[in-house]
Amino acid sequence: MKPLPMWRRYARILGPDPAADVKDELRFHLETKTDDLVAQGWEPEAARREAERQFGDLNAVQHAGTQIGEKMESRKRLQEHLTDTLRDVRYTFRKLRRDPGFAVVSIVILALAIGANVVVFSVVNTLLLRPLPFPDSHELVWIAPPPRSCGMSCATYSSDAYEEFRDGSRVYQGVTGYFAFSTADNLRLTGRGEPQPVTSIDVIGNFFRVLGVQPSSGRLFTPEEERGKSHVALLAYPFWQRQFQSDPNIVGKAIELDGTPITVIGILPPTFDFGAVFAPGSRVDVLTPLNLDQARDWGNIVTLVGRMKPGITTAQALDDANRVADDMYFNTKYPQTKGRYKGDLVPVPLKDYVTGKLRRSLIVLWTAVGMILLIACVNLSNLLLARAVARGKEFAVRGALGATRGRIIRQLVMESLVLSGAGAAIGLALALIMISWLAHQGSLALPLLSTLHLDGEAFTWTVFIAVGAAILFGLAPGFRMAMVNLQEALKDTGPGAGLGRKNDRIRSILVVSEVALACVLLVGAGLLLRSFLKVLDIDLGFQPDQSASIKVEYDDSAPTFPASVEKHSVIFQQILTKVSSLPGVEAAGMVDYLPLGQNREWGTPIPKGRTYPDGTLPGPLVYVVTPGFIHAMGIRMHGRDFAWSDDLKSPRVIMINASAAKFYWPNEDAVGKILMDGQQELNVIAVVDDVHEDSLEGQPGWQIYYAATQNGPSGAQLVVRSSLPPAELGGTVLRALRELNPQQPAAEFRPIRSIVDRAGSPRRFFMLLVGAFAGLGLLLAALGIYGVISYSVTRQKQEIGVRMALGASMGHVRGRILLSTLKLAVIGIFVGSIISLGSARLISALLFATSPWDAATYAGMAFVLILVALLSGFLPARRASRTNPLIALRSD
Amino acid sequence: MDRYKLEFFRGTLDVLILKALVWGPLHGYAITSLIRRQSDDALLLEEGTLYPALWRLESKGLLEAEWGLSENNRRAKFYELTVEGRRQLRQETKTWQAYAEAVSKVLSATQPPVAEESA
Repeated sequence: MKPLPMWRRYARILGPDPAADVKDELRFHLETKTDDLVAQGWEPEAARREAERQFGDLNAVQHAGTQIGEKMESRKRLQEHLTDTLRDVRYTFRKLRRDPGFAVVSIVILALAIGANVVVFSVVNTLLLRPLPFPDSHELVWIAPPPRSCGMSCATYSSDAYEEFRDGSRVYQGVTGYFAFSTADNLRLTGRGEPQPVTSIDVIGNFFRVLGVQPSSGRLFTPEEERGKSHVALLAYPFWQRQFQSDPNIVGKAIELDGTPITVIGILPPTFDFGAVFAPGSRVDVLTPLNLDQARDWGNIVTLVGRMKPGITTAQALDDANRVADDMYFNTKYPQTKGRYKGDLVPVPLKDYVTGKLRRSLIVLWTAVGMILLIACVNLSNLLLARAVARGKEFAVRGALGATRGRIIRQLVMESLVLSGAGAAIGLALALIMISWLAHQGSLALPLLSTLHLDGEAFTWTVFIAVGAAILFGLAPGFRMAMVNLQEALKDTGPGAGLGRKNDRIRSILVVSEVALACVLLVGAGLLLRSFLKVLDIDLGFQPDQSASIKVEYDDSAPTFPASVEKHSVIFQQILTKVSSLPGVEAAGMVDYLPLGQNREWGTPIPKGRTYPDGTLPGPLVYVVTPGFIHAMGIRMHGRDFAWSDDLKSPRVIMINASAAKFYWPNEDAVGKILMDGQQELNVIAVVDDVHEDSLEGQPGWQIYYAATQNGPSGAQLVVRSSLPPAELGGTVLRALRELNPQQPAAEFRPIRSIVDRAGSPRRFFMLLVGAFAGLGLLLAALGIYGVISYSVTRQKQEIGVRMALGASMGHVRGRILLSTLKLAVIGIFVGSIISLGSARLISALLFATSPWDAATYAGMAFVLILVALLSGFLPARRASRTNPLIALRSD
Repeated sequence: MDRYKLEFFRGTLDVLILKALVWGPLHGYAITSLIRRQSDDALLLEEGTLYPALWRLESKGLLEAEWGLSENNRRAKFYELTVEGRRQLRQETKTWQAYAEAVSKVLSATQPPVAEESA
């Protein structure tokens, strides 16, 4: 074989072409064969035909050849690519090892930024993006009246209304609901050692069928059981694990709840968490079928959840609901209640009901964390640029040796990728810790939080942002580097030359944008913090500190209502007498619903002799309380407290809140007045402050307190006011309760403050997160400023030396540097403020009693940023002012 | 002499190609001629089938190809054994010989085998 001469290598000048190669090769074969045959004496034409005949199927061979060739070609390319990449990676590692400080700082920055992003993405994904954990969850709707300032009673429906709605509607596959007034720890698990508090919810029999939940073992309610007259229950998965050690044999056996044997028919799947969807921040252990017949006269008691037929829109469902509402009765026994639900049946997607309120907060959170990533990228860009200057020569040499521009950019992007890959790995680990911590924050009243976990989507997102970040922060320095003028760079020995100066401009712009982003974050965090402080300052109407509560068990079952009232009055008085006498207890009392939890209403009593058009009065929330409760809760009052002597034989007494009193008797004292509840006279014996019963931030509505000695409370929460710490008092109180009733379960002694804290927990959660991000942003910005100033000081060492040699004082040098730092900060703050002011609308929905243009917040932000900027400029400035002119001038 | 048309066993062509290249790089046409001459024209090769076999060997890394000039000054693709190809040839030759020996032993037997006592 002779090598192909240079001039004949033109054939593949445009790159490899396997098909043409195959054709050439085969043509050569045929031509040579023909030549040979001619030499043997064949006619040329016949020789060609004979050659083709002996060859066989030319086309098939050619086709096969092209295919094999192309496969080889692509494999070769891939291999080349891999070797190149591998070389780049190896080179990168070598480079980074030589500069561990840079590597560590960049990786830490990236890990924090990426970790934060993964956590927030997971939260957003769980709460906003992912559908609810039910099959075809888009068909599920929550049916409730439009929001109003009254409690659960306005959001629920009566048994009759539910049945009429279910039967009258045409757009649903199924309508269900649950009893909305169960309190936490409403039952005791007995018969298994010390009684354990259990939270049970009565659900309408078809609840799980409508939601599409299948039990993980056992079965759902049978049609017979769905009527709610049999003693059967489904257990929540965690309860089954905790209380029954995941014993599979419990299914079919009876457990004892409040002394009643109840058959466990199934275990709900671990994916089903009632609290996570319907009652954020609370746990539900046992689900039992609701007896609608028994509840028929209890008024509004069930919430409505429907599964629409496929293809039905919520608008259609609303039309249908409006049609049905006209014929719905509150109670079929009372014809005048027909049509009472007009306009009160509004279906909204269940998902919107569960997480809709959080949408804004989550978007703000996502934006904040995105900004962190941006700041981190800017910071990294900055660091890389600084390095790029130092490496200018290295690349110039590589360029001179034949490395193409693309090759150099690739090398730089590879370095960015290695950095961000390492950052992402650590960030992912951080996120994992953070996420598992968050998922176990039971006291955080955010829906679906318990279902939070790091999944494939979050992982994909991590990879996506890691690569995105690498490109973002690696590309600019990469291009910058690749544009280097070879000659200039090779000549350029000192740091004072052209590239450095150009870089200074870019780096200043980067720092300014960093400061601006940090500024936006700080303003956001500041506004949220101010709102949070304002929320803390809200006059709740009661004093949550030094007060704690425990759920008390009692048995007032009696054949008649008066007997039952008498029975629990005696029990309550015994308990309160005993508890009040405990050392350190200032006051004690009982209520059936604690504030900021569940609530109910009983209709609106009106002053004697007055009439109001139907539906114009708000529905007051109702609390059945014992003497001493108002004091124990720290509610301010005017008038007298209930007394044990206010029993069924004496006149009926009530207390009303200030809002109701002011409405009925605007310029008079309501104490001593009489309200009529139907034919029943209710004597107003006191006016109490408005209590934030339903939410911290909403305006309180009307409230009425009835005496437990004259009514049937739906439970008893013992509230104790004491200066002793609850942990210390809890044991004593529980012992006292057990002495009176050995069946009293070991319920939690909860500080009232913790109830308030839980109500404020979503706001605190978002504030803390945004605050943490702002802190991180500030730190990164400080780092950026320090880097730029420090670098420019190094670069100007000679210049500074000359100035000092010519008589500039240390203070003068320092001042000049601080001034340039300040300039960067001020421009950044200016830009950031403009962005903040412009985006005020985004955050204003999250604020409480705080203007999005709050001057104090802006001033505070500017102060903090300038302080931080000066601090980060101070170190390099000090270094500069200590420059020894002699050494500076001699060096280099 | 009669010309036997010997069918190729699967994989045999590959060994023959490897063997043909032991003495140095050759182009496809030269390989066909060489195989024919060395088998004394006993092995009739449909020339077209040679090429897919060559390309397969090339893609497996047993052969390396390079464009060069043929004796008649035409552009031709020359194949050469790689180290891996030489190793493969040694291996295949051994297998082939053992196989042929075993088959021929059986075929040239003149006595029935002695029945073995079962232990």
